[in-house]
Amino acid sequence: MLIVVAVLVVLAFFYGKSRGSAFGNTASHLHSLPHYHGYFVALMVAIPLLVLSVLWPTLSGYYIDSHALAALPSDLQPENGLARDAIMRDIRLLASGVISDPDRLSAFPQGVRAAGSVYANLQSVSGWLQIVVAILVGVGAAFLATRRLSVTFRARNSVERIFLAVLIACSAVAILTTVGIVFSVIFETFRFFAQVPVTDFLFGTQWSPQTALRADQVGSSGAFGAVPLFIGTILVMLIAMCVAGPIGLFAAIFMAEYASPRARSIVKPVLEVLAGIPTVVFGFFAALSVAPLIRTWGEAVGLEVASESALAAGIVMGVMIIPLMSSLSDDVINAVPQSLRDGSYAMGATKSETIKRVVLPAALPGIVSAFMLSVSRAVGETMIVVMAAGLAAHAVSWDLIETFNPLQAVTTVTVQIATLLVGDQEFDSAKTLSAFALGFVLFFFTLILNMIALHVVSRFKEQYD
Amino acid sequence: MTDMADSPSAKAKASQSRALDAARVRKRYRAESRFRWYGLAAIGFACAFLVLLLSDILLKGLPAFEANTVALDVTLEAGKIDADAIAGSNFNSIVNNSIRDMFPGVTSRSDRRALPKLLSFDAVDEVRSAVIANPSLIGTTQNFDLKLSDEADLFFQGMSTDEVAIPVTGSLTVEAADDGFRLTSSNNDFAGVLARVKQRLETRRAKLALQAAQLERVRDRLAAEMPSAEIAVKEAGAGATDSHPAMRRLAKLQADTASVAATLERLKAQTDQLAARVNNTSGAEQLTTVLPSFFVNLPETGVVKITGIGGNHVTGEAYMPVAATGAVAPGNWSLVEYSQPEADRRISDKEIIWLTSLREAGLVRSGFNWPFFQRGDSREAEVAGVLGGMIGSALTLMVTLALSLPIGVAAAIYLEEFAPRNRLTRLIEVNINNLAAVPSIVFGLLGLAVFLNFFGLPRSSAMVGGMVLALMTLPTIIIASRAALRAVPPSIREAALGVGASRQQAVFHHVLPLAMPGIMTGTIIGMAQALGETAPLLMIGMVAFIVDVPTGFSDAATVLPVQIYLWSDLPEAAFQAKTAGAILVLLGFLFLMNALAVVLRRQFERRW
Repeated sequence: MLIVVAVLVVLAFFYGKSRGSAFGNTASHLHSLPHYHGYFVALMVAIPLLVLSVLWPTLSGYYIDSHALAALPSDLQPENGLARDAIMRDIRLLASGVISDPDRLSAFPQGVRAAGSVYANLQSVSGWLQIVVAILVGVGAAFLATRRLSVTFRARNSVERIFLAVLIACSAVAILTTVGIVFSVIFETFRFFAQVPVTDFLFGTQWSPQTALRADQVGSSGAFGAVPLFIGTILVMLIAMCVAGPIGLFAAIFMAEYASPRARSIVKPVLEVLAGIPTVVFGFFAALSVAPLIRTWGEAVGLEVASESALAAGIVMGVMIIPLMSSLSDDVINAVPQSLRDGSYAMGATKSETIKRVVLPAALPGIVSAFMLSVSRAVGETMIVVMAAGLAAHAVSWDLIETFNPLQAVTTVTVQIATLLVGDQEFDSAKTLSAFALGFVLFFFTLILNMIALHVVSRFKEQYD
Repeated sequence: MTDMADSPSAKAKASQSRALDAARVRKRYRAESRFRWYGLAAIGFACAFLVLLLSDILLKGLPAFEANTVALDVTLEAGKIDADAIAGSNFNSIVNNSIRDMFPGVTSRSDRRALPKLLSFDAVDEVRSAVIANPSLIGTTQNFDLKLSDEADLFFQGMSTDEVAIPVTGSLTVEAADDGFRLTSSNNDFAGVLARVKQRLETRRAKLALQAAQLERVRDRLAAEMPSAEIAVKEAGAGATDSHPAMRRLAKLQADTASVAATLERLKAQTDQLAARVNNTSGAEQLTTVLPSFFVNLPETGVVKITGIGGNHVTGEAYMPVAATGAVAPGNWSLVEYSQPEADRRISDKEIIWLTSLREAGLVRSGFNWPFFQRGDSREAEVAGVLGGMIGSALTLMVTLALSLPIGVAAAIYLEEFAPRNRLTRLIEVNINNLAAVPSIVFGLLGLAVFLNFFGLPRSSAMVGGMVLALMTLPTIIIASRAALRAVPPSIREAALGVGASRQQAVFHHVLPLAMPGIMTGTIIGMAQALGETAPLLMIGMVAFIVDVPTGFSDAATVLPVQIYLWSDLPEAAFQAKTAGAILVLLGFLFLMNALAVVLRRQFERRW
């Protein structure tokens, strides 16, 4: 089908172009260049054909499904949607002809096999019919389009208008993505909150989604209290920021204020390499190298360290964030006008005094927003914590040292989303839906952080431009 | 004023303040250099971490690229192979016999059953496909290079255990003793073995002592909690039943205390016993599986495993048949230690001896592990490969590129060249910047809810994976493309417009080609990001265990990073090497892509 469309469109282009050139022979005041006539005809053919190739399979699918079901004997007629899906799967399987073994074929009832052959027949008919219709529509569209071609026809303007529409549609994809994210999380989240009260979710201190599924006691036990996850996320994020914050900031200060161009040309690629390493690699390193190391050191000084500790995940995540933090801070430090520094030097300040008393205060909004973006990155990071921080939510109590003990295994929001949605899921269980509720929290938390941070950065840059 | 300055007290004051000034300046300069050092230290930390990470992974991953084979004579007996149905014939016994024939001295049933395990699962298939390709081999004896098992690979790569040759100087007397041999050295060579064993016992004792110390702290904590629990029980009064929280807490505390005390006592006894053995420096020792293994190599491939040491003689068991008893001259025998205790490694002492004897015979060859790049996933480490992941990644990236490049460039062109400055375009811009910072896992949720559940696209397929990653890389490409378009000077546009081009002609014919290198650089960086992404693909089911290499966009597929994640969860040491190997492959591709981006930037970037 796609080949047919492509051939028709290419033919239409050359036909239109030749018609355009033909005008050129007779009249010297052709409005648009000949190939714009070609583009015009081609687009006029392509648009209806693309619409057709999207609509046809959907519509013919409904038609074929209903006819195949009608071909089933009355005793096999499905009673509900689930049975209908199941029998349609069998019919499609049979129609695809994958099963050639007679023993396996005979395992299906006669009626289903008959419906399968009906399905296969209709499908091949529909396929051919679609090609025929496509050719007819294409030729018809080309005919209508060429009738509009003339010496004075503004082919370029029409083509450009269509192009512009395509460009606008492409930029709208960004908005559509956001809308898609918002709706997909909100929709499932509301379904989740229909089963589990919001307050239980936000303030409950017990997280064990598995048990709720097994005992079929959704929402009654408070097993969906997300506080342990929030605490785990915050703990890992704090450790990561303790690493990434100072190191990233100092690296940025050094790069922006002290480093010679040569040093910059060495250090910058190093940070870029660090930024380019996939998170799964960091996760592997955290789980198999850093965590055992921390455990050995901890035990050497007599501390109890879990084999999957928040500390290992946090430190490695911190290193992962260093490049982000340093490049953002580097940008804002560079954006501070040189005149401020010169003024400070003129007063006799040393370089570090200038940085501490003048540059950093001036760059503070930018640095704060770099911090916020880093925090949002840390909160949303998945693979490192999945591989190195553990799965079990640990108990939450007012014993803050115990609750925020970085040597224990913790679990985070992202880890739970990943584990709840990996593998087969039934889409009505609170277990699956809770992942979307967590996703909702995660998305809106990071969204707000990002919005504030980006806003502050743009305001900050404007200020010194 | 001048005479005031000349007065002695003023002079003193001035010199004092000068001294203070000097001190303050020194202090400020110290602070200056300290501050500079902080910056250097931060950079140094980042660099050191990067070096550490890469070298760690390189060290762990290189063994995955090496595989060992053993050259064996395989007798393809006509009686065992059905010439009409070669594929169905029992090649297992043929191959198994070929390795058993190498060790005529190995006679016990369990050992003969263990011998074929030295070979990889692949070995049988190799022989079978050779015979299928050339049926005339039936009835002949052929020499095959058969792949060894993953544990054998690890051993030859030195990953299972350290191999230490202990120097010996004396001449050895070999005597047959009850169920084994008694070896005596004229030069007290076995004293070193005894010292090593004692040293190992001492480290074990220290470890146990540490555990005991930890337990003591636990005991003290329990003891500290006890009074409050008792008070709580008293407050609950005599009427409290066993299910009362206070009673329950007390009971639990008591039970914990008792079990901790029992464990502690056992640990203490063990520690004391070990200490006694360590302190008795010349006392005889039995070598159990929790201690390192020592072997004596005798002439004519004889090997004795040492089972007990006392003074200058040892007792042992022959693992490879001993040719003759009597005196062995110095230089004709040697002593080897395998430091990792047998209980802590997956390869047994006997397997080590068999493998080393194959190696001594010059039959083992190590080569590049091609199957690692030719196979999909598997549950068996030695046949698991990255091809499935590589093809899956390639298909996924194709979809990503096909979607995100045109859409991204089109969006960038519109926003940069045509968009009016109004609320809508500002909204789009804010949106794009925000999407760039949305956690990747959220895109996975979008893919799951919209592409899989709403549109019903095939689960775990490269198509859906590519679509999700396309949405994720879109912001990167748009931002990079806009920067590239902005870098083209307005004079180009104005010149084009000046000679009568329409705005679109100016953009598509003149601005876009000039911005192309920048756009390509941004695209490659976006693709590299997509290649390393894992989390959103977990959501849409690309984590399934998939053996077959995908052939189309709608086949169930997995990608390299997900393969890494899956393997990293497996406990076998061989899979650890595979994981690191797969990481090296992934990093290799990323390196190539980034190098390409750098080359593009260097070659085509123009400064206007």
